[in-house]
Amino acid sequence: MKQGMRRTRLLKSIGVNALAWLLSLLLLAPLLLILINSLKDSTAASDMNLALPVSPQWSNYAVVAEKGKLGVTFLNSLCYSVASVLLCTLLSAMASYVLSRNRRKLHRFLYLFIVLGIAMPVNFVTLMTVMQSVRLMNTRTGIILLYTATQTPFNVFLIHSFVSRIPEDIDEAAIIDGASPAGLFVKIVLPLLKPVLVTVMVLTFLNTWNEFVMPLYFLDSSEKWPMTLAVYNFFGMYFKDWNLVCADIVMTSAPVILVYLLGQKYIVSGMTAGAVKG
Amino acid sequence: MNKNRMYPTWFVFGALLLYGVLYVLPSLMGIGLSFTDWSIYSEELHFVGLKNIQTVFSSDYNYTHALLNTLKFTVVTTLVKNVLGLALAVLMTKQVKLLNFHRAVLYLPCVLSALIVGMIFKSVLNPRDGLLNRTLRALGLDFMALRWLTDSKIAFNSVMAVDIWKGMGYIMTILIAGIMSISPVYYEAARIDGGNAWQCFRHITLPMLTPTLTVTTVLNVLYGLKVFDTVYALTNGGPGHATEVLYTTVFREFSLGRYAVGTTLSSVMAVLMVSAGYFMIRHMVREEGDPA
Repeated sequence: MKQGMRRTRLLKSIGVNALAWLLSLLLLAPLLLILINSLKDSTAASDMNLALPVSPQWSNYAVVAEKGKLGVTFLNSLCYSVASVLLCTLLSAMASYVLSRNRRKLHRFLYLFIVLGIAMPVNFVTLMTVMQSVRLMNTRTGIILLYTATQTPFNVFLIHSFVSRIPEDIDEAAIIDGASPAGLFVKIVLPLLKPVLVTVMVLTFLNTWNEFVMPLYFLDSSEKWPMTLAVYNFFGMYFKDWNLVCADIVMTSAPVILVYLLGQKYIVSGMTAGAVKG
Repeated sequence: MNKNRMYPTWFVFGALLLYGVLYVLPSLMGIGLSFTDWSIYSEELHFVGLKNIQTVFSSDYNYTHALLNTLKFTVVTTLVKNVLGLALAVLMTKQVKLLNFHRAVLYLPCVLSALIVGMIFKSVLNPRDGLLNRTLRALGLDFMALRWLTDSKIAFNSVMAVDIWKGMGYIMTILIAGIMSISPVYYEAARIDGGNAWQCFRHITLPMLTPTLTVTTVLNVLYGLKVFDTVYALTNGGPGHATEVLYTTVFREFSLGRYAVGTTLSSVMAVLMVSAGYFMIRHMVREEGDPA
């Protein structure tokens, strides 16, 4: 009897683990395919199979970096991501702090107005007119401001709920000690917001790095393109050289995978905020 | 100290200015311009009443097809992602070895760019030597090796499948957090009463997860209605118009300089989403509660 139960438990455990591995393989196989083929020569890669490369062609990466102008596009992506992360995090933190602390009617309305943006789609057609009239078409500044604007609603939502968990007594104590309102925010509140700010920064970085629609609409000159748009363009030109396309994909994805591995904890906490009451 | 002085309202201005000018203003302008004949060629705008709305909903054009596709995409991917995400979350809260490795792998596609995922699957789904058909043939399932992205009958299903592949880990991750927040006391009580695994799931896990599932559903609906990247990279609306969705159509109209129709399509979606989203956001905002 007891032995029978132990055997069922063992079988169950094997089944559960086998299923988990099967699923993981289903998700890993396409990614491994890209990694493996990025190291093959053009003929071998045209087959696009999972066989390991006979002799790894590390030179593919150098070839792509040169042909795909990866140096410039990497710097573009880095510039857009870092600038949007800093600007959006700062502006969202300032806004959510005041909107959370002061809950007058106007402030409640403004908070709802901003957060409603989570549900609002972008109207790219009229956005072009607006971008033209403020002279931001085809500029790096324009792209950075667009990323900041579109990611503000969700970031304000995330930070707002976190601010309300910091006791207000702290603010009053700081003011009594002679801090100015701005000094209170910078020296006392911002450090306390660090966990949620890291989450916001990681999520904003990933979103900005992966995005390509804004540049697709609003950046005409290819020297301003981010890596995502450039890799797609490269794919159009070199679709016969899958090894090069794969190497380009690997290099474009490497930064987000790195940030994911380092910031996994923060991503999960950001995603679950609002969705799960903890 | 007075709250208005302690928490200066100008702190909000930076965010409000960018959000207002670059996000809200275009949407409002778009609604107004939907009633004009705006195009790349027009030197001045003329009021045309509901003509654009009629065009968008007329059966003479492909716009309704794109709208229906968008709705189909939204409903199907939301349902399947939630079901699979729930199944994965239940599996990934069990006694699995290397649990964190599996969870990380299942979430991995979510951090990749949809454009890149689209490119990867253009290779995987290649009818002649893509990984999928190769595997199917190796398993002797030649009849299942279809022209995934070029057969207009199944292309849209393939697009939805790729999106599900990419997005189910996201739902899983949220639901894992939901399952972990359920007190183990419930399960212990159920075990004492002799409840089996299915009964535990049906009568404890599922009801306790309902609020979380509501949120994942809403987030997925909002995402689905806005979908562009995956479709653009995989099929760009083709073959023919088989996989056209709203935002690929908007992009096409924009490229052709037919701004009025593009903005009308966007505005229809904006009105739909904001009015539906309003209730969800109100709900989300209320849940936060007041500190005072």
